[in-house]
Amino acid sequence: MIAGLERIVGREQVLTKEEELRLYEYDGSVETGRPDCVVFPGNKSEVVEIARWSNRNGVPMVGRGAGTGLSGGALAREGGVQVVFSRMNRILAVDYENQRAVVEPGVVNLELSRAVARAGLQYAPDPSSQKSCTIGGNVSENAGGPHTLRYGVTTNHILGLEVVMPDGEMYRIGGAAVDAPGYDLVGLFVGSEGTLGLVVEITAKLTRLPESVKTLLAVFETTDDATETVVALTARGITPAACEMMDGWTIRVVESWIRAGLPTDAGALLLIEVDGPREAAEEQAAAVVETCRAHKAREVRTAKDEREREALWKARKNAFGAVGRVAPDCYVQDGVIPRTRLPETLRRIGEIGKRHGFEVGNIFHAGDGNLHPMLCFDRREPGTFERAMAAASEIIALCVELGGSITGEHGVGMEKDRLMPLLFSETDLELMKRVRSAFNPSGLLNPGKLFPVSKSCGEIRAPAMGRGPSEPIEGARNERVGSDAETRGGTQR
Amino acid sequence: MSGSEEKLAQSLAAIAGEANTSGDPSATGEYAIHGVTPKAMVRPANAEEIAEILRMCAAEKLGVVARGAGTKIGMGGAAARYDVALVTTRLEKVHGYDPGDLTLSVEAGARMADVGKLLGEHRQFLPLSVPYQKRATIGGTVASGVDSPLRQGYGSARDFLLGAEFVTGDGTRAKSGGRVVKNVAGYDLHKLFIGSLGTLGILTRLNFKTFPVAEASGGFLALFREESGAIDFVRRIAQSPVAPATLEILSPAMAGVLGGQARLDGTELAPVESWLPRSGWAAMAGFGGSEKVLRRFEAELGRMANESGAAGTIALDEGQRAQAEERLREAIPLLLEASPAATIVRASVLPSRIGEIFAAGRRSGEKHGIPAAILARGVGVVYVAFLPGTSDGTIFEGLAAAASEVVQAAEAAQGFGWIPWCPDGLKNLATIWGSGRPDAALMRRVKQAFDSGGILSPGRFFGGI
Repeated sequence: MIAGLERIVGREQVLTKEEELRLYEYDGSVETGRPDCVVFPGNKSEVVEIARWSNRNGVPMVGRGAGTGLSGGALAREGGVQVVFSRMNRILAVDYENQRAVVEPGVVNLELSRAVARAGLQYAPDPSSQKSCTIGGNVSENAGGPHTLRYGVTTNHILGLEVVMPDGEMYRIGGAAVDAPGYDLVGLFVGSEGTLGLVVEITAKLTRLPESVKTLLAVFETTDDATETVVALTARGITPAACEMMDGWTIRVVESWIRAGLPTDAGALLLIEVDGPREAAEEQAAAVVETCRAHKAREVRTAKDEREREALWKARKNAFGAVGRVAPDCYVQDGVIPRTRLPETLRRIGEIGKRHGFEVGNIFHAGDGNLHPMLCFDRREPGTFERAMAAASEIIALCVELGGSITGEHGVGMEKDRLMPLLFSETDLELMKRVRSAFNPSGLLNPGKLFPVSKSCGEIRAPAMGRGPSEPIEGARNERVGSDAETRGGTQR
Repeated sequence: MSGSEEKLAQSLAAIAGEANTSGDPSATGEYAIHGVTPKAMVRPANAEEIAEILRMCAAEKLGVVARGAGTKIGMGGAAARYDVALVTTRLEKVHGYDPGDLTLSVEAGARMADVGKLLGEHRQFLPLSVPYQKRATIGGTVASGVDSPLRQGYGSARDFLLGAEFVTGDGTRAKSGGRVVKNVAGYDLHKLFIGSLGTLGILTRLNFKTFPVAEASGGFLALFREESGAIDFVRRIAQSPVAPATLEILSPAMAGVLGGQARLDGTELAPVESWLPRSGWAAMAGFGGSEKVLRRFEAELGRMANESGAAGTIALDEGQRAQAEERLREAIPLLLEASPAATIVRASVLPSRIGEIFAAGRRSGEKHGIPAAILARGVGVVYVAFLPGTSDGTIFEGLAAAASEVVQAAEAAQGFGWIPWCPDGLKNLATIWGSGRPDAALMRRVKQAFDSGGILSPGRFFGGI
């Protein structure tokens, strides 16, 4: 059967050896799923042929970008063929005047922003893994990032897609202009976690780089003071470009590795960025400083230049990598809560952790209430994995109880499928499945994702032995596993 | 009332109560769409009643058209089956407004004006500055997909609709999304409802992100002799640090329609004659911020207007900007009132190509002898309104041809075009949905998933869905 695939893409673009396949059974989550083969299409028509092959042979198929996903969305849960888009990585067209880009799915997020920066433009969604993650993956997961507070998540920046359906039919949906008539299929496809079709071309909006950017670091004695500050900023109608929080435990862990000059005796810090026209950025920065001081900030630093700004962001974007050094296992969650409930939620998360014997680290997108509580543990100690999962379940249930969500940007994938009933009724899920079947009737495309799979009910599977989430998938072919600290692994959030 | 109508009204009354049901032609007449009067009208109180009604209608294969205040019910095609008018105006509760979190959850029948007032008390707003503001419901606003001048700065409904509850064609209550500002759990089904003209389900509740009102606001108007100057000005703005909340170009005829004395829903609109010029092409920007930011924007806009060869400029104060925005908001009703057979094309193209739509509108107007008025938004949405002085059937052929030519021009410019508003007699004459799209097959699959019985506004939507 494999010969059929080799005929489509060429023998050297198909992996079938056990040791090669092992590199593709992971992503950035704690999940695993080994494909039976990995294939690297070079263009749309090859993707069409692969889909036809999968359909004809009844073999499951799942798309994959750089493998930085955090919920197992691109893993081959039921085996089959994994379609890796790393060769389809060309920026096909940039329309500077209209601020549009047409790209292949394997284009790395940051590379698009870099390519258009000289013209004063950027591709705004900036997941922390932006140095490695691909735009195709971002589209599938509706990826977020720190600056989505002001600029919106992926779905707000995608206008058109070309998709290959599981039966090999190819469709163009949306377009370069806004408001394509008919149903908003682009809005449906973005964030559908690769369960409706394989995205082979993307038309994205580009955004003007702000005239002025101010990056501030506010240091607090307690997490309460920091969270109260976030509540006050939101209530005052100040919308920073980004508003990130790091608690004391995380500060110490991060500083011990990255040495960005963070105050290790602090209870919490906020990394706040404001941008816009010069005057607006200055005024907003002043309002932020004033609000921080009113909420007992011990110190508010403003980055003096681009170097200082980068140092502050480096600490933030590499935090998860740093945490990976203190414990072999780390389970990061992605719950969302209404922003007004931040102070009480963090207190209660701390209590839940304590009750289960963990110190919970928090580093997250405070401005939009998207929490990333981290439970660090060593699975080899009997019982700890179970305790960590029990604590995680309680934390997610708390987010839902407060009116929030189980995932703000990482996706459901195979990691949170069993949590979906916390948010959605059986009829909600039935309708979503009906929509999935409308596009993916055989269910061969990315099976076992999004919806609760009965066999895995009530369990989260253990990560493979000895592999912490901070470790890159060394050697995974064509995946961007860089050597510098910022790009290590697919686990930055 | 015939026997079947009476029986239908009775069945509906058993669900929603006698007082909220009618099968009497004298009462159902006001719910007629494109000349077709429904057999019955029902005003359910809640989502559960809507579900019951739809289950009954699905079993009986009755066509149901949902509506709020009915202000935009003229959009779209004629219903292939129209038995029941389902009116959502009794679902008007606010379920949760959390000003501190900037989120709002509200029932579909709530009026835009009431929602605006509530948010205004907390100096917040929803960037849906949509026509018929006084009467329009929030559900109808979303389902009709009408756009708003504020989309320049805030995006369209798809950018701030966080989630929704709805009832599908088989009477199933379901939801998607949530109430928090960031959420990727499950499919974003609620986005499919935007502009779906009631063909997928009946919205019962909508969750939005709200926005803080800027400290101060102002506006700027530049007048150009030629349309090319106005287009150049808008292009310069897009490449500058100036970030307007609204940005429009008005043709002289459009300024004439929008700028005159006007009454809507019994209220006189604030006069703008004293400052809104009606000769030449006007480009108008509205923006918010601190006084310092406003002064900077005014200076930048003045410089750019000059570079684009403006014949004159006016800095608008807060009051004038509000007046201008009211006129822009109510452009559709003002145009529909300006002609007995007003036909409005909505085209969307890349901003660099709006000039092609201007040219097509003008050319077709001249060719068919019908006055044309044009309103373009900076994001590339262009409304071309053909405003004949008569509704005499003899003009329909020319009117249909003119509108279709503009739609074709939009498609030729790699954009989209359709005809949301036209006289009933034109609905079948003109290709109101344009020349069709390659993804129509996928849309039919979506329709099938939500309304397999095909009872919801059948035939009213894109490609006859």
